[in-house]
Amino acid sequence: MSEPIIQIKNLHSRYGTREILKGINLDVYKDETLVILGRSGCGKSTLLRHIIGLQKQSQGDIFVKGVNMARASDAERDEVLKKSGMLFQGAALFNSMTVGDNVALPLVEHTPLEPSTIEIMTRMKLELVGLSGFESFMPAQLSGGMKKRAALARALAMDPDILFCDEPSAGLDPIVAAGIDYLILKLKRAFKMTIMVVTHELASVFLIADRIALLDDGQVIFLGTREDMKNSSNPKIIQFLQRQPDEEVVDRELYLNSLIGTKYL
Amino acid sequence: MNAFWDTFGGAGRGMIDFAVHLYRIVHLSFRSLYWIFIGPFKGERIRWRLTFVQMVRIGVNSLPIVGVISFCVGLIIAMQAAYQLERFGATIYVADLVGVSITRELGPLITAIIIAGRSGSAITAEIGTMKVSEEIDALKTMGLNPIGYLVVPRTLAMIVVVPCLTVLADLFGIAGGFVLAIYNLKLPFLAYFNETATAILLKDFITGLIKSGFFAIIIAQIGVYQGFSVQGGAEGVGKSTTASVVSSIFLIIFADLLFTTLFYSTF
Repeated sequence: MSEPIIQIKNLHSRYGTREILKGINLDVYKDETLVILGRSGCGKSTLLRHIIGLQKQSQGDIFVKGVNMARASDAERDEVLKKSGMLFQGAALFNSMTVGDNVALPLVEHTPLEPSTIEIMTRMKLELVGLSGFESFMPAQLSGGMKKRAALARALAMDPDILFCDEPSAGLDPIVAAGIDYLILKLKRAFKMTIMVVTHELASVFLIADRIALLDDGQVIFLGTREDMKNSSNPKIIQFLQRQPDEEVVDRELYLNSLIGTKYL
Repeated sequence: MNAFWDTFGGAGRGMIDFAVHLYRIVHLSFRSLYWIFIGPFKGERIRWRLTFVQMVRIGVNSLPIVGVISFCVGLIIAMQAAYQLERFGATIYVADLVGVSITRELGPLITAIIIAGRSGSAITAEIGTMKVSEEIDALKTMGLNPIGYLVVPRTLAMIVVVPCLTVLADLFGIAGGFVLAIYNLKLPFLAYFNETATAILLKDFITGLIKSGFFAIIIAQIGVYQGFSVQGGAEGVGKSTTASVVSSIFLIIFADLLFTTLFYSTF
């Protein structure tokens, strides 16, 4: 395979005293779609926040296009970020701006283009996500699925090399969610882009992923293709694929301790 | 014994929290002033269009309220002064008292307090809401620095607009004194005008404006800082907005004390 575009080396992350990521090693190659799968709270969104430099790790290094995201200067990091797009879980559109202005913002700020050119490019990006004609709407006037689409248009505004998606189908009904998945698939085919998706939706995983990384308790416990995953005998993967709940372990003493605390013992 | 440790531990934690807040505010202020005054020479541009929008929001939209309140305060000061000065038959000195106290003190202070309540809180609420809905994170991932994009336009607009509003407040306050002097104290217009003109020195006016410039920085920085430090959802925004108004008014009064001491002892 080609050169890795994102390299994560021994990444540790903590919130206070709680360790979220416990030594992640992961390479993402150019033009592949990598899905990071995992249950809620396993640290998959945290991993994404580290890669785009929103959080500083306690240990380990992250290189995006060879730039160390934690140590680079603001200017260096911004150069990388300008050429990557991020779709937030809650869309994170600027609520004080119209949809059109939202999509146009990166272009207005980072390119010397004429306003008329930017307007045309904005329309093209909105057309791409199926929102043409919504330029003058405010984000509050859009439905959840439309917001996600608009946010995707904004993430694509600068024609990024890397697209990050944090739970693209969270909070959407199955049909709209599938629409977003197919949109990502369409983008993947139309543009040569490295796409990194964080999700817990199995349906979208098998639709869009080239490779899948399964995160559990802050560690990558599986990395491979769709077929590898389906054929895996790892009990955690089987549990995930078959949607089985955790086994309830009944330990009377532990339960009693958790209720009364330890000071009476 | 436990009560003892709780009390002192609480006080200690309070002090540490306070020191941390102070450090962060000072750090943020230095970074924003760096972006305003040194950034432009290092290739960072100032977003004049956003600054202009903020100037309209903070300045133009506060004109009526600042005008009315300072007019009333001028009137009040004139009445309180007349109450004392009438005993000596020296009501003409109402002009001195109103003119000097408004330009040196009340104009800048009242403007700053109105703007802290009206625009400082609005800045906190806006930035806090942006933080809660991940809009700040979205800005960062686009390669846009929140300091350059959000803080600098607001700070710059404040620094320009608050002294301008202070000049207006001075004029309206003095006008309040005029109204009382002419309609109630029956002083001749020209005599009162001349008395005001001789009473107010340029330095009174200038020191007032210097103060208001610093008040502007305080309001903007506290507003922005509290906005960025919002935690949790809508409730957090509410808490920070309250904290923003309370702490900026406190710091304004404190800065006022420092500056007045400085000006009183040196000029």
